[in-house]
Amino acid sequence: MLSLERRAVDSRAMQWASPLLALVLTIITGMGIFMALGKDPVEGLTFFFLTPLSDKHGWAELGLKMAPLLLCAAGLTICYRAKLWNIGAEGHFLMGALWASVVALQLGGQSGPWVLPLVLIAGMVAGAVWALLAGLLKTQFHCNEILTTIMLNYIALNLLLYAVHGPLKDPYGFGFPQSEMFAASALLPKLIPETRLHIGLLFGLLAAVAVGVLFARTFIGFQLKVLGQDERAAAFAGFPAKRLTLLAFILAGGLAGLAGASEVTGPLGQLVPQVSPGYGYTAIIVVFLGRMQAVGIVLAAALLALTFMGGEMLQIAMALPKAITGLFQGLLLFYLLTCDAFIHYRIRIRRAPKAVAGEA
Amino acid sequence: MDSVLITNVLAATVVAGTPLLLVALGELVCERSGVLNLGQEGMMLMGAVIGFIAATSTGSLSMGVLAAMLGGVLMAMLFALMAITLAANQYAAGLALTIFGIGLSSFVGAGFVGQSIDGFDKIAIPLLSDIPVIGQVLFNQDLLVYGSLLIFALVFCFLKYSRGGLILRAVGESPEAANANGLKVLPVRYMAVAFGGAMAGLAGAYLSLAYTPMWTENMTAGRGWIALALVVFATWKPERVLLGAYLFGAASILHLVLQGLGWNSSTELLAMLPYVVTIIVLVLLSWNPARTRLNTPLSIGQPYRPSK
Repeated sequence: MLSLERRAVDSRAMQWASPLLALVLTIITGMGIFMALGKDPVEGLTFFFLTPLSDKHGWAELGLKMAPLLLCAAGLTICYRAKLWNIGAEGHFLMGALWASVVALQLGGQSGPWVLPLVLIAGMVAGAVWALLAGLLKTQFHCNEILTTIMLNYIALNLLLYAVHGPLKDPYGFGFPQSEMFAASALLPKLIPETRLHIGLLFGLLAAVAVGVLFARTFIGFQLKVLGQDERAAAFAGFPAKRLTLLAFILAGGLAGLAGASEVTGPLGQLVPQVSPGYGYTAIIVVFLGRMQAVGIVLAAALLALTFMGGEMLQIAMALPKAITGLFQGLLLFYLLTCDAFIHYRIRIRRAPKAVAGEA
Repeated sequence: MDSVLITNVLAATVVAGTPLLLVALGELVCERSGVLNLGQEGMMLMGAVIGFIAATSTGSLSMGVLAAMLGGVLMAMLFALMAITLAANQYAAGLALTIFGIGLSSFVGAGFVGQSIDGFDKIAIPLLSDIPVIGQVLFNQDLLVYGSLLIFALVFCFLKYSRGGLILRAVGESPEAANANGLKVLPVRYMAVAFGGAMAGLAGAYLSLAYTPMWTENMTAGRGWIALALVVFATWKPERVLLGAYLFGAASILHLVLQGLGWNSSTELLAMLPYVVTIIVLVLLSWNPARTRLNTPLSIGQPYRPSK
């Protein structure tokens, strides 16, 4: 008989093996899905994981999609380490994109090196304010942050839709709900010429490193960790729980807001309704898969960025629905949590206890 | 406002509140057993897509409803495997279920977007439906609305008067004490989670087979999350879930009413209303943490592993 038994010490090996195991299980399930759809599984996996990266442009696109995932995931890591269940990166991202666009359009005719920083700061502030709202609802009114951040995501999306259908709508845009194109002074410089990759990727990598340093080297990081592991110990040590909570939300919001700002000033160059294919939600998977560590997050962001490209590739090459991206991401997270159970537990094979003689 | 308008608004409120009522009742039972399942949105979406596919391919709406409930239960079992058997963090497992459900439902339903179906018709109950206002609001609705009221009555009586309800609450308040008294904690929790899945699936089917008889990606639009807030609002009491579901239902059709009254505001701004209302309600309810703690099932969110 199989039974679960709590390990005396959490398994460090399993901590890092779990994401790999989850990926393997996802791939096996993926092959099953391809076969069920009557497609060649090897061909399907090749189109999903390899074909998108077959040239320079593919790698540039990977970096392009990693940038927002890294920024959002770095911010969420701060919250999750402190056990603050911020699901609002999508909303922070959208508000960042919206207000960066407002500023970029306001400064339309201006040129000068100060335009772009202002636009990016506007995005960061907008994201931070949006996150701070959820933080204050938690610290002042004890509202569950999962519910408030989800609601704020929907509100942010509707605000953005209102903006592109109303005040920010390009009057010469043939009726499409989108803003005018930004002036060149409000666009992020390219990282690799002739591709779409911009310096937003550097922001993302920097954010991942900064969060790594925050938790490895600073007192604030230590306080946040303690707050997450044992709230009462944090209170006993006199750590300012409310201020730490608000700080975690502000940082998460600022980083996700920067991601939104980078998206509109980078590859898009204007505000459109579909500014995010769900980066803020996918970033949650990045954080868990990346074990809340800088290196892990970078690797996980690369893998999940690839799932967006793989989905598009399968749509073009094999006429499969693009939604396969979401399916792969969901499977990955599901398997990851299942495998994570074995960090704390191990399977024991036990013989069923024999009936005691004399009983019954 | 004339009485015709009032009647129409109230009837639309009941319709809009029905999916919320169903999913919130399921979650209420689940939470009363001590399990917080944040996967409602994912289970609802699966219910909506499976119900729609089953109904279009068999031509039978009741087959659609059955399949949707079964789909919801299967999804719930995935959650139970993680959160109950493997004692994973319930927040993370529920989130995973929602993300998985969003992906899987979009994938499965991709070929069905844009199709429509003849959904449930309204059935007027003789005599009762002739009562002014109330007759049209409560007794001229579709079969699933009547079903949701029946389920409400059953859940209410189950929790309040039955031995099973007592066991469920005991498990939710103190699994250790329940276990010591010979109650099987994990099977009870499995059943509660399964019921939650069936209700979420049914709520999803209500959306895709009655409310707007078609399938679109993410058509639940956060209703699964609103239902979670609704359970908090109801302080885990079914009669307040009923009231709350219709209040939230009213908030979600308010934009139609305002537009009907000649308000010329943007659709997008008015579409924010249910979410804003949810936050306001959460604030009003949660500002006194002592009161919330008083009503919350004690063991909620904590995995339980019987020590042998």
